[in-house]
Amino acid sequence: MAMNNIGRPTSIDGNVGEVVQTTSGSKGLLQKTELIFEYGSKDTTGVDIEDVTTGNSRLGNLARKEEINLPGLSEPEAVRHYVRLSQRNYAIDLGLFPLGSCTMKHNPRLNEAMARLPGFSDIHPLQPVSTVQGALELMHELAHWLTTLTGMKSVALSPKAGAHGELCGMLSIRAALDARGQQHRKRVLVPKSAHGTNPATAAQCGFEVDEVAQTHDGRVDLEDFKSKLGDDVAGCMITNPNTCGLFEPQIKEIADLIHSAGGYFYCDGANFNAIVGKVRPADLGVDAMHINLHKTFSTPHGGGGPGSGPTVLSEALAPFAPVPYVVKTSNGFDLIENETGEAAQAFGRMVAFHGQMGMYVRALSYMLSHGNDGLKQVAEDAVLNANYILASLKDVMSPAFDGYCMHEALFDDHFLEGTGVTTLDFAKAMIDEGYHPMTMYFPLVVHGAMLIEPTETESKATLDTFIASMRALAVAAKSNDKSRFDNAPHLAPSKRLDETQAARKPVLKWAAE
Amino acid sequence: MLETIGTRSVDALFGDVPEFARLNAPIDGLSSAMSELAVSRKLSNMAAKNTNAGSVPFFCGAGAYKHHVPASVDHIIQRSEFLTSYTPYQPEIAQGTLQSLFEFQTQVARLLGCEVANASMYDGSTACAEAIVMACRVTKRKKVIFSGGIHPHYAAVTHSLADNIGIEMVVLPACVDGEAEVLKHLDKETAAVVVSCPNVFGTITDLSDIAKAAQENGALAIGVFTEVMAFGAIEPLGAMGIDIVVGEGQSIGNALNFGGPYVGLFACKEKYMRQMPGRLAGQTVDLDGNRGFVLTLSTREQHIRREKATSNICTNSGLCALAFTIHLSLLGQKGLSKLASVNHARACQTYDTLSAIDGVKPLTQTFFNEFAVALPKPAAPIVDELAKQGILAGVPYSRINPECSDEMKNVLLVAATETVTDDDIAALANALKGVL
Repeated sequence: MAMNNIGRPTSIDGNVGEVVQTTSGSKGLLQKTELIFEYGSKDTTGVDIEDVTTGNSRLGNLARKEEINLPGLSEPEAVRHYVRLSQRNYAIDLGLFPLGSCTMKHNPRLNEAMARLPGFSDIHPLQPVSTVQGALELMHELAHWLTTLTGMKSVALSPKAGAHGELCGMLSIRAALDARGQQHRKRVLVPKSAHGTNPATAAQCGFEVDEVAQTHDGRVDLEDFKSKLGDDVAGCMITNPNTCGLFEPQIKEIADLIHSAGGYFYCDGANFNAIVGKVRPADLGVDAMHINLHKTFSTPHGGGGPGSGPTVLSEALAPFAPVPYVVKTSNGFDLIENETGEAAQAFGRMVAFHGQMGMYVRALSYMLSHGNDGLKQVAEDAVLNANYILASLKDVMSPAFDGYCMHEALFDDHFLEGTGVTTLDFAKAMIDEGYHPMTMYFPLVVHGAMLIEPTETESKATLDTFIASMRALAVAAKSNDKSRFDNAPHLAPSKRLDETQAARKPVLKWAAE
Repeated sequence: MLETIGTRSVDALFGDVPEFARLNAPIDGLSSAMSELAVSRKLSNMAAKNTNAGSVPFFCGAGAYKHHVPASVDHIIQRSEFLTSYTPYQPEIAQGTLQSLFEFQTQVARLLGCEVANASMYDGSTACAEAIVMACRVTKRKKVIFSGGIHPHYAAVTHSLADNIGIEMVVLPACVDGEAEVLKHLDKETAAVVVSCPNVFGTITDLSDIAKAAQENGALAIGVFTEVMAFGAIEPLGAMGIDIVVGEGQSIGNALNFGGPYVGLFACKEKYMRQMPGRLAGQTVDLDGNRGFVLTLSTREQHIRREKATSNICTNSGLCALAFTIHLSLLGQKGLSKLASVNHARACQTYDTLSAIDGVKPLTQTFFNEFAVALPKPAAPIVDELAKQGILAGVPYSRINPECSDEMKNVLLVAATETVTDDDIAALANALKGVL
């Protein structure tokens, strides 16, 4: 499609397409989508339900008096409603999704099919263990892959997402310290560049957060770290590769320092996809690390979950792992669900049941498909792709740090200085180019940060097209062509949305006007 | 590509990795790449070793329920634009997710009789723990009292957090019908009473007086449920005056999945909105004045507030919430009411049939689709025996509360949903007679 000079699509004769007003409110393929409450009927249902004979009610005096007040849609109405909604979403299946730190890679569909086998999807968490031997076998095999890839002693599978895995790791550390009689150790060292979940998790476990500075080249400031060690330190939470997309070269020194100070090393494993098969975290001195199955092992992000955050634990922390977990016995597999016997030191329980089985199946399917050789290549290709982007954009954008990156390339907004274009404007203009924006303004330690993670599942051709768009945008910004940035995006299903109004007068549910 | 980068090998890009930690060959002890067919064969063989709920008479509940989910639900959630999208941080290209979350929040609030609901939690148990942390923050008090009808795993999840942040938990002994017992422990130090309806024994109770008494003492009333379908038939907890309503939403739209992924529901009074954990979708307008939706009130959240956030939660249960909202959109109030009445009818039928068996003593008096019976001997070995006969008879209470009294070890929790047939009920009754 041709573009006019304000970045809007033009038809063949040069008219601005946006000018056409339609009677229906739809715009070609983009159909108008009202809320279900505005057109659904309380007398409609799209579900066939068998009639059964009803006898005496045993609801006592609690039969619902208040109307439920929910509209129903017929099946064709419902299918159409959600298909229309879906067409307003960007997705990895649609195009490059370079959202740094989030690892938006292709989700192989075999994994979806496997997770839907009735033997996995239609089993109850509290069935007798004799009837779920295959499920326990799968969990046991997944645990074997995760502990082998990380070199760690054991894994708590049950945490339901990355932040939940952090909680699991930090609760294990708390339990280990308490077992040593060191309840007074409350301080946790967290770099300023950390994900927000790190300090939030530490606080949720009752720890106090002590921020560690960063060096000018994007790494943990070892001197500052050393100066903050002490008898009250419980441990540190460090992301490696870090949130700047860089490997911490002094990671082993950091681990040794925290250990000799009597603390434990929690590693945020959000970026494990950059080193899987290349480095075992255990060799770096890690005591606990969560693994986002929805990042490294490609379970789908689903518009914001469900995730899955199994947490690997070192020999020192393994006795404190939460229940339940699977063990292999002489005649099959068993579940350790009670905090007795071998689990007497368990810190407790993360969730009602066994965690995200549906994600375990997908992740194991991914691991088996790739194998130990393929997983190593996953890391190599992810790092190769990121460095290709970094090298291809460094002359027109401003890399935050010198040297190679790992799986994501970080830029600051220095190259936009004096242009009047902000990181946000630049990101929104990327939407018009057909890309999901990169992660912005994170990590906090880099001004106007732009964190680009292409992942290994993008081809060179796709990267080249992306690079061409990014270069064009950088050149436009520098040549003072602000039309592509002002009020961008112009071509998205919605124009820029007023987030301030949403927060000032929150409307969190629909009500008839 | 290497030429553009200016290096001769990919390994050179890993130069910051200390040399001693570099692995130069694939890690031992793991298989190498397998074909799609080979993976499918291997995992299908594992799946075949499990007895799936749909293949046998099935009566398990206790926090996870077998329901029929219309085929269209799973079809829609597998659309690429939902399945492979991210958290809707860029609202201009995420209106699909955001509008569906807004609709979800509206449905949840109405179903639970509450003023506001969030965009989901991991599951019911973690929603429960977060509600307690929130209540302590709101009241600036530290003592919480759990009824003996709370799912023991929900209490355990909360307990794992509580000590470390100074929350004192009083957990009352298991009790089939004793939600009001919490009031005996209520005092001016109490941040919240945590009561359940339906509770883990299936008992449904009017919680209005408990809520009122708690509030008169400056405490919050937290209402917990594990079977959301109940609210198609019974009074919602919000209408009983409960301050924070939390529970498991799996029953609507989501499969059993051996315990996860599920979808935690979290709703409360509007005055506590800014203390809620988790994501919220809110309505706004775009530059053209058209209605649109964004994630909002994010100053509560970890990516802005860091250690001062209301919770560390980031990812939630987006796709499970989508399945919930699609299923509920299909049902509507008409379908949900009918589905709930079928559940209740099947449960009553099962209850009557089992109660007629010598030695089986029904314990629950008022219930929705789940109830407890006392057997003349421990329930766990009986359940194992019936499993060998191809019947999944329910959940022994001792499975979820291993430290319960000997009397409670005889208790069997039985759930019957719309998926149960006359033949299933007869098969359960006959098999049970055979082993008692």
